[in-house]
Amino acid sequence: MKRQGFTNLVRALLLASAALLPHSTAMAAEVNAAVAANFTAAMKEIVTAFEAATGHKVLASYGSTGKLYAQIVNGAPFGLFLAADAARPKRLEEEGKAVPGSRFTYAVGRLVLWSPAPDRVDGEGTVLKSGEFSRLAIANPKTAPYGTAAMEVLEGLGLEATVSDRLIRGDSITQTYQFVASGNAELGFVALSQVALLPEEKAGSRWLVPQSLYAPLQQQAVLLKEGAGNPAAVALAEYLKSPAARAVIEAYGYGTE
Amino acid sequence: MELEPILLTLQLATVTTVVLLSVGTPLAWWLAHTRHWLRHPLGALVSLPLVLPPTVLGFYLLVGLGPNGPLGGLAEELGWGSLAFTFPGLVIGSCVYSLPFVVQPIQNAFEALGRRPLEVAATLRAGPLDRFFHVALPLSRPGFLTAATLGFAHTVGEFGVVLMIGGNIPGQTKVISIAIYDHVEALEYGSAHLLAGGMLGFAFLVLLILQLMNRRMARASA
Repeated sequence: MKRQGFTNLVRALLLASAALLPHSTAMAAEVNAAVAANFTAAMKEIVTAFEAATGHKVLASYGSTGKLYAQIVNGAPFGLFLAADAARPKRLEEEGKAVPGSRFTYAVGRLVLWSPAPDRVDGEGTVLKSGEFSRLAIANPKTAPYGTAAMEVLEGLGLEATVSDRLIRGDSITQTYQFVASGNAELGFVALSQVALLPEEKAGSRWLVPQSLYAPLQQQAVLLKEGAGNPAAVALAEYLKSPAARAVIEAYGYGTE
Repeated sequence: MELEPILLTLQLATVTTVVLLSVGTPLAWWLAHTRHWLRHPLGALVSLPLVLPPTVLGFYLLVGLGPNGPLGGLAEELGWGSLAFTFPGLVIGSCVYSLPFVVQPIQNAFEALGRRPLEVAATLRAGPLDRFFHVALPLSRPGFLTAATLGFAHTVGEFGVVLMIGGNIPGQTKVISIAIYDHVEALEYGSAHLLAGGMLGFAFLVLLILQLMNRRMARASA
């Protein structure tokens, strides 16, 4: 009897002290954001402006959409997920890992065929058909939506068989860009945002792949279960829809609808 | 279960081990016997891959093997094309990565040998090559075995370097570790289990056999 009373007292004390612990208030909070690799540069700018405007802190992790999705599914503590496609945020919603109704398109991506050499790629991408290259870099289609789009383009043009032995796959669109920028691959399918703001001397040559050749890259963001009660996560999601963020997104060559 | 990554990995490990044994033996001999001051910085250089994260190696190899780098530039001049994303490029990367694992056991074996047996052989009219092949080599056999095992095993487990300079090309640079990583990223856990479990079992078996062989050899020479 006495032990029962003691246990109850301890339990009551623990509960009381828990109630007294500080909750997340409207004070500056922190959010872990999972961001698709193609959005890296734009996100860094947006985060700087967001942190200055709201005082919240953002810890962004960049990687291929597929890798981030796999991490989230396995319990990675992200509050907000900015994917490069709509399929994975949708899947997270269906699996109950995201807050329903929080999914929205934050950017529409464009694929480009790019080379740092100024005369390599013409405005119609004929270099692809002529086959005058020894290596073509794409992002891994299994995990990167830009890689999937690149494969769609190659298959649509009937070039899949001819280039398959010269294809190198980057872990993410960032690594793909590095392969091309370092000269290890002469050409590569990268995101428009990665080359849109390059200075004149580094701009190289590119072919903006016509939208008709691949399914649109509707890049969607979704609030994850982990971020539901986090004011920083909610604020960041809202900020991405704001005119200030939209301006940055458009400056990098994305569409916003 | 896909065989390609497995065969490719075994191929890479074998070629790397053979190259390293050929290149590493004279290097180990020199390091063990010379009194030149260069042996200190060179010894440190050989040990470097032990300490460096593989991604550092991979990064510098990517830059070095690329067309703007020293090795890659040379390859371009010779008309070979970029070495990155090719099997030979991977061999070069693996050789750098596993160098200390091959050179150091052999060097230790030569040092443990000492000068005595070689001097004795010299008094019996054995020339330098004769001394090396018929005295030093047989007595250093455990060291060579360790070097070969470690070099092979270390290359089989290579990941960071291949991720940086591999390009994930099936049949060329998609080794087991990359294939497993690929499967996990794509949530294909079944395939990942098959490859990873298989590799674990294989590695354990090989090391067990070598342990027993080593024990038997030590007992035989005792």
